[in-house]
Parts: sequence; structure tokens; C-alpha cells
Amino acid sequence: MLKLSLDRLNDLFAAVAADQVLYIPADDASGQARFQRWHDGLEMTGALNTVRSAKDFFFPQTENLVDFKLKGKEIEIIDPRTEHEDFVIFGVRACDARSFTILDKVFLVDPVDSYYQSRREHGTVVTMACTQPEETCFCTAFGIDAAAPEGDCSCWMDDTSLYLQPQTDKGQRLVDHLGDLLQTCDDSAVAAQQQSTRAVLEKLPFANLSLDGFDGEHLLELFDSEKWAELSEACLGCGTCTFVCPTCQCYDIKDFDTGSGIQRFRCWDSCMYSDFTKMAHGNPRLTQLERFRQRFMHKLVYFPANNEGEYGCVGCGRCLSKCPISMNIVKVAKSLGGENL
Amino acid sequence: MSPETLIPKLGVVTDIRIDTPDVKTFRVVGLDGKKVFEHMPGQCAMLSIPGVGEAMFSITSSPTNTEFMEFSIKKCGCLTNWLHAMDVGQQITIRGPYGNSFPVEGALKGQDLLFVAGGIGLAPLRSVINYVRDNRQNYGKIQIVYGSRSKDDLVDYKEILDEWMADDGIEVNLTIDQPQEGWDGHVGFVPNYVKELEPDLNKTVLMCGPPIMIKFTLAGLKELGFKETQVYTTMELRMKCGVGKCGRCNIGSKYVCKDGPVFRFDELDELPNEY
Amino acid sequence: MQKIMIAKAKELLQSGAVDRVLGWKTGEFAYDITPAVFETIEELEQSFVYDDFCGANLSKYLIKASRLDGKTLVFLKPCDTYSFNQLIKEHRILRDNVYVVGVPCEGKTDGETLKQHGIKGILGIGSQGDDFIIDTLYGEKTVKRADVLPERCQNCKSKQHVVYDELLGEDGQVLDSHRFDMVEKIEAMTPDERFDFWRGELSRCIRCNACRNVCPACSCEKCVFDNDASGIAQKAAADSFEENMFHIIRAFHVAGRCTDCGECSRVCPQNIPLHLLNRKFIKDINELYGDFQAGADTESRAPLTNYQESDVEPSIVYHKGGNR
Repeated sequence: MLKLSLDRLNDLFAAVAADQVLYIPADDASGQARFQRWHDGLEMTGALNTVRSAKDFFFPQTENLVDFKLKGKEIEIIDPRTEHEDFVIFGVRACDARSFTILDKVFLVDPVDSYYQSRREHGTVVTMACTQPEETCFCTAFGIDAAAPEGDCSCWMDDTSLYLQPQTDKGQRLVDHLGDLLQTCDDSAVAAQQQSTRAVLEKLPFANLSLDGFDGEHLLELFDSEKWAELSEACLGCGTCTFVCPTCQCYDIKDFDTGSGIQRFRCWDSCMYSDFTKMAHGNPRLTQLERFRQRFMHKLVYFPANNEGEYGCVGCGRCLSKCPISMNIVKVAKSLGGENL
Repeated sequence: MSPETLIPKLGVVTDIRIDTPDVKTFRVVGLDGKKVFEHMPGQCAMLSIPGVGEAMFSITSSPTNTEFMEFSIKKCGCLTNWLHAMDVGQQITIRGPYGNSFPVEGALKGQDLLFVAGGIGLAPLRSVINYVRDNRQNYGKIQIVYGSRSKDDLVDYKEILDEWMADDGIEVNLTIDQPQEGWDGHVGFVPNYVKELEPDLNKTVLMCGPPIMIKFTLAGLKELGFKETQVYTTMELRMKCGVGKCGRCNIGSKYVCKDGPVFRFDELDELPNEY
Repeated sequence: MQKIMIAKAKELLQSGAVDRVLGWKTGEFAYDITPAVFETIEELEQSFVYDDFCGANLSKYLIKASRLDGKTLVFLKPCDTYSFNQLIKEHRILRDNVYVVGVPCEGKTDGETLKQHGIKGILGIGSQGDDFIIDTLYGEKTVKRADVLPERCQNCKSKQHVVYDELLGEDGQVLDSHRFDMVEKIEAMTPDERFDFWRGELSRCIRCNACRNVCPACSCEKCVFDNDASGIAQKAAADSFEENMFHIIRAFHVAGRCTDCGECSRVCPQNIPLHLLNRKFIKDINELYGDFQAGADTESRAPLTNYQESDVEPSIVYHKGGNR
């Protein structure tokens, strides 16, 4: 394990940023945390997590796929892809770090999504252990340990020091590059912090959230549950939950006329939107009930059915705090699962 | 840079055939004059005119056609209106092939086949029918029941008359919804016609058409004694990526673009009824 | 008040005067309350709630609910009654199918606002006099209730119900609030400063459409931004121009109809002060055509849809420096 005195944190950021682009979670003018490109003096936020998840780095909200130029009956196809520059995301929480492995199961399976793959290859994920989880956190339900986050390099911070533990070759290269800034140390301080964090994690209201029964075997039973009507009745049909979610990955492909050509881009889409499945001959999901059901069935039933039981949720709690009508995956799981099944 | 399926290839439209008042068949080859890619019957491709839109269409020509691909397309939206208005020589973008196919080299081999189609639903089956005709020795008896609103709405009518009906061992039963001058064939809806024809129970059924036709035909077939494991269909849902990632065509744990579009009815029973 | 409301709801349900009750339902925490329909006495007893966290404006739900068979009882806070009236005026709610019970409001807060005041790990919230006593994972915290109200409630425009069939508790007064103070501050900026201010705010937009979908004035059956045939349907900004335009077009569309209920800013996951755009319109309308409050009544003609010979020509007023 390696260690850095906190008063040299800015030096560490400067050293990382010297040859890679560095992003850290910092407060913006509105007082909210979001990942920002580091510049000298930019300080880390005190907030537990960013409003938008870290998925943006690998799956941005909009992204150019291909360009076209049209001339009469002729079309020219232009591949706009370039090598991404190397970048480091510092301070990713354990929940968001797990979301990358979930997104990998979508974008890196055959046929590989080269846009996502390139970003994954060039990005180094430095995670930060939580010490003060919120009541909305339920990462424990998915076997995530917020006190021991995954990633290329895991970090812990206390009042005086930053502790670093590289986990992959990428992480090792990063700390090697930092050289003299870091001293080796034992893991006693980290172990003590982990112990106290885990004591808080155990006390979280949803620490023992049961997902029993959410699996492919109960697919039709869950789908046909009468409870969806009540659960979805107040849903506004907005995309807040999907857009703040670190694992939601549905997208739309659209063409944009730039005036000098056509840009085909993809952008985040939401199964909560009324036109998501609308096509020329009709719409198989006509009411909000069906759209609402799709989102939660996908995360809790369809995704695990296709991915050895892994859920499409990491318990980050963003949808719990951001849904305009406070309806969320925990309420759905409690209402439909366990003994209610 | 690794190859990217979302970046299409170029094709050029070399022939446009008017099938019905709202269906045209487009012949497409690559800029080198050859087929853009190989496919199996039932598979689809994403066609697009940049700036207008991109959509999934089933490839209606048979893979045994070594020269070109064909797409029979009904005019029903922004992109299809544009395609209907274009002229020969127009370049389009094309990517694929996507999805699974009818098991022509698997479960269908050696079987007697019954094709049931309604309207534009003949398009995806045409690929299979011609594949089977070109590999005639591998399959048993062939029966085709095809219906449309009127005689003018029968897709590929000329090909049906001149080629399919001329083949030995192929029984073609055509029907239209309403009586019409110049039509001395059967009149009535497809589901009833199938029941009247009482096809042999050993046949494997391949069906495509409007949802209402599929629903009643399936019920009729079951009444006759067919099992769901004998009946295949091909589905249509909104698609964007074509490779099971954008989430749009997700039903239950399946993605229609990747795991479909061809399903056997017993497989559909395991999926939520959301199509 | 909650007890009185439940009693009233039970009474009207039991007598058959109403077929359902639109209210608020408890959640997992003290603050995560969901709008809900109650059809039985048991449901009411189990989960009906009315407290400091029932901020959601129920008026828009009546567009659908008033088209159901039978009558719907709805509880409306003073500011919700303005939205209700405006929807009546726009013929979006069938008035005969709704029984409006006005309920008093001393301002509603939410979990997000508490967290903005540095309160972490909220487990339970109690109140004592003017204070909230909050039990958290990290110890007990006491905050003044008035300090943790969101902006819309700190600058409440009215505690008076402008429509009801029945009122529970005392009715309040239209208030002389400071709601235009921030608009004036923005007006005093130079155009460049103002542009930077809005660019900064709107650049955070993730186009989730929560503001539009919650807005009682946004009641189009099909929004132009959702209509592929419109040519401007977009789920995400293809460029920054659109990013700005979505909210500005929306503000134009609700101008003269927005009652300033503040739901847009409440639901914004990015805390963009969207209500300020609407307030600018309200302030301008007041200055140009005389004081007007959308939703205050159901009869008066709105300034922007009414022409009088004496109407001012806005461009001339502002060219001459206006009345400021």
C-alpha cells in the first residue's frame, strides 16, 4: 500500500495531469458535484457522489458515430473515430466502478462497440472508498463493498492522508509514474477506516434489501404482477432515473444536418419515454405502466437472466434521491419481491 | 481502428420494381457491383438515407441469388416514403446482416413446409421460399397460402404466377379479402382459408403477416391439431442498433434484432406479451 | 391536519360522494412521498400522508383522473389551486368530476433541500416547534424549519386557495413576496453576464424532460419535442444552441399560463433554477399589461391571448427604457 500526505494532493493531481487528462469530482457553481477536468487548485468535492454518474466517460450522453456527405445520388461515408487520449477518472465510488463491469457486458460483447471500447482502453479508473454513505445507498445488496472499491487503483482518504492500492496493470503504471510522491505504508489505517465504514454500511436502511425471486424463473410471474399499476401510477414518464443511472445504457441513433453534411450521432434514450418503442405500425408499450415495468424488469429480471444472475443495478441511490415523485427500484423490489412474490 | 458495425457500407439501387400501390422492391448491390454481404433467409439489414433515417428491413431475396440483394418495402413512414420516391442509381447505406434466420439448414431440412403470409408479410418468407426452391432436393412438399386486401396488393404476384406456380410440387393458394373483378380465385381472410385447406399435420409452418392474421391463423392451426413447436414466425419491433445494445427491441430476456427476428411459437410463450 | 384529511376522505369515500382520493403516500423514508390514488379505507389508513414533505402538485394528475368514471377527491395546497384553475380555464380538467378539498400549507421541503444544508444519512425526521429534529446515521441534527424550505416556499406568493369545494383549516392571504428579486438581479446584468449565467445553468441540463412532464402548463397531448414529424424532436442536444432553446421555447410556450408553482425547479435533477425563466415572463407581463396572476380565476382573458387597443407595444416600451 502507498501513501501520500493530503497537503500534497494538489501535487499528485498535477503529476497525473502532466501527461494524461485528469478528472476529479468537484463542486460546480451551483454547489453540486460533478466530474470536472482538473486544473491547478481545483479541489475535490465533499459530497458523497456526483449527480451524474461516471458512465458518462465511457458512454457519453451524445456521441458522433459517423458522418456523411451527400452529392446528388452519391453518398460519402466518413469514419470520424480517432484514438482517444489517455485519461484518469479519480474519485469514482465503488458503485460506479461496478457499473463499468455491467456496461462492459453490453458494449464489449460481440459485436464490440468500438466507441466504448476505445474509451475503456484509454481510461484509468481510480476509485475512492466511502466513509459516510447516505441512507439511500444500497450497494451492499449487490455484493459491493464501498469500503473496498474495485477499479484500476483503489484509494482511501482520512484526515491526513491518501492511501493507494493499485489493482491492475494500468493502476500499477499510474502509481509507478508518481514515483517519489508516494511512500509505502502498512494497511493499518485503511483497515481501521474500513472497519468503521462497514459498521455504518450494516446500519443502512436497505443494507439487507432482499432480491430473492428476481430471476429468469419468475419472469412471467413478475411481469404479470398486478402491482405494476399502483407502482407506476404517479410516474411522470420523464427520463431522470435513466439518465442519472450508472447502468442504464439504452440509446437512440439520430441524424443531424450540420448544413455541410449529415452527422449520425447516438444519444441516451429512456425506456420511460412514450416514443421509445413507437414504430410505423404502432406501439407495443402504450401506457406508462408498460414503460415503467420495462425499466425495472430489465434491471431486476431480464439482465440477470442473461448475465449469470448479475443485476443491472449497483445501489448508488441516485434514482432514490432524484425521482420527481420518489418512486424507485427499492420500492419496486420491496413491493414485488421476497415474500410478496 | 477496429471495424464498427454501426458504420454502414455503401450500396447502390440498381432496379426498382413496383409491386403494389404501396410496395416497391429495391435491388441493391455494392459500389463494386457485387453483393454487399452474404445472409441467410430471415435475416435483416439496416438501410438508410443519411439525414432521412435508418430502419431495419428484411432481406427478401434468397441467399442463393449470387448477384444482388432485394428488399420489398411498404410505404409507411418517413424513410420508406423517401425510398419510394427515389430513382435507380441512388446510393444508400446498408449494414448487416442482423438477427437469426429460419432454420433452413437445421430443423426445416427434409420437412414438408407450409408458408402462410398476409400482405407485405410475404417479403421475409420470399427469401426462404426461393432458397427452398433452389435447394429443392432438401425439402418435402411445399404449400404457400398467401392473402392480401386485393389482387393489386399481392406482393411479387408476377413471380408467384410465373415461377412458383410453375414449379412441380409447389401448391400455391392465393386469396383476397373482398371479391374483385378479374379475380376468380379464393376470396376470404387467410386464417379461415388455412382452416378450409386443412393442411397435413406433419407440415412445418412459417408464418408472417399482420398481428391479427397471425393471432387467428395460429388459433386455427392449433384447432387443426398443429403444435406450437411446428410454427415459426418473424417479428418486427422498433430497432436502432441491430446488435442487441440500444435496448429498443428488448422483450423479456430477448433482443428481437439479435435473438430474433425468427421465433418458434413455443419460444414466444416464454416471453412477455409485449409485441 | 393529516388526521382531519383522512377522516374527510373516508367520509366521502364511504358515502359514495367520491370514488377515489388523490393524495400523497408514505415512502421508505420521512421525505420520499409519492402522489397516489386511494380507493379504499384500508389504503387511506395504511399510507395516506400529509406533512412537510408533500410538495408534489397534484393538479396535473387530474387531467387523466377527471376522465375516469365517477368523482375524484383531490387535496390541493394553495399554490396547487392556481394550477388547477388554469387547467380548468384551458379545458383540460373536467371540473364536475373533481371534488376539491383545500388544505393549508406552511411550505414544503424535501430530502434534496435538507441535504443541500449539509444533512447526511437521514433516518427519521421529527418536528418540534419551528425546528426539524433529524435523526441521521451520523447523529441527531436540529435545523430551523424556515431555513430548509426551498426557494419557492421561502418566496411563497399566496396562502389563499383560489378554488375549492371545501376547505380544511383556515384560508390564508395572497402574499407580498420577494419572488422577483432574483429576476431583477439577472435583469441588471450586462447581456454578456446574463448569457454566461444562463449558459452555466442550462449547460447542466440532461434533457430528462422532468421539468416538462411535471409542469401543469405543459399539458399538450404530444409535445413538439417528442414529435418526430416536427423536425426538431431530439432527446439530447446535438449542439449547445438546442440546449438553450429547449428551455427558452418551453418558457415562451407557458408564458401567461405559468402560475409559478415552482415544480420545474423542484424536480430538476441538476438544480437548474428554471422557474426564473418563467418569472421573467410573469414580471414582464405584469409591467406591460398590468398585474396578472395565471390561475387566479377561470374567466379572465390572459394578456397574451387578448388584444386591447390600449395594449402597449413591448418593443417600444423597452426601447424607451420601460418603467424601470
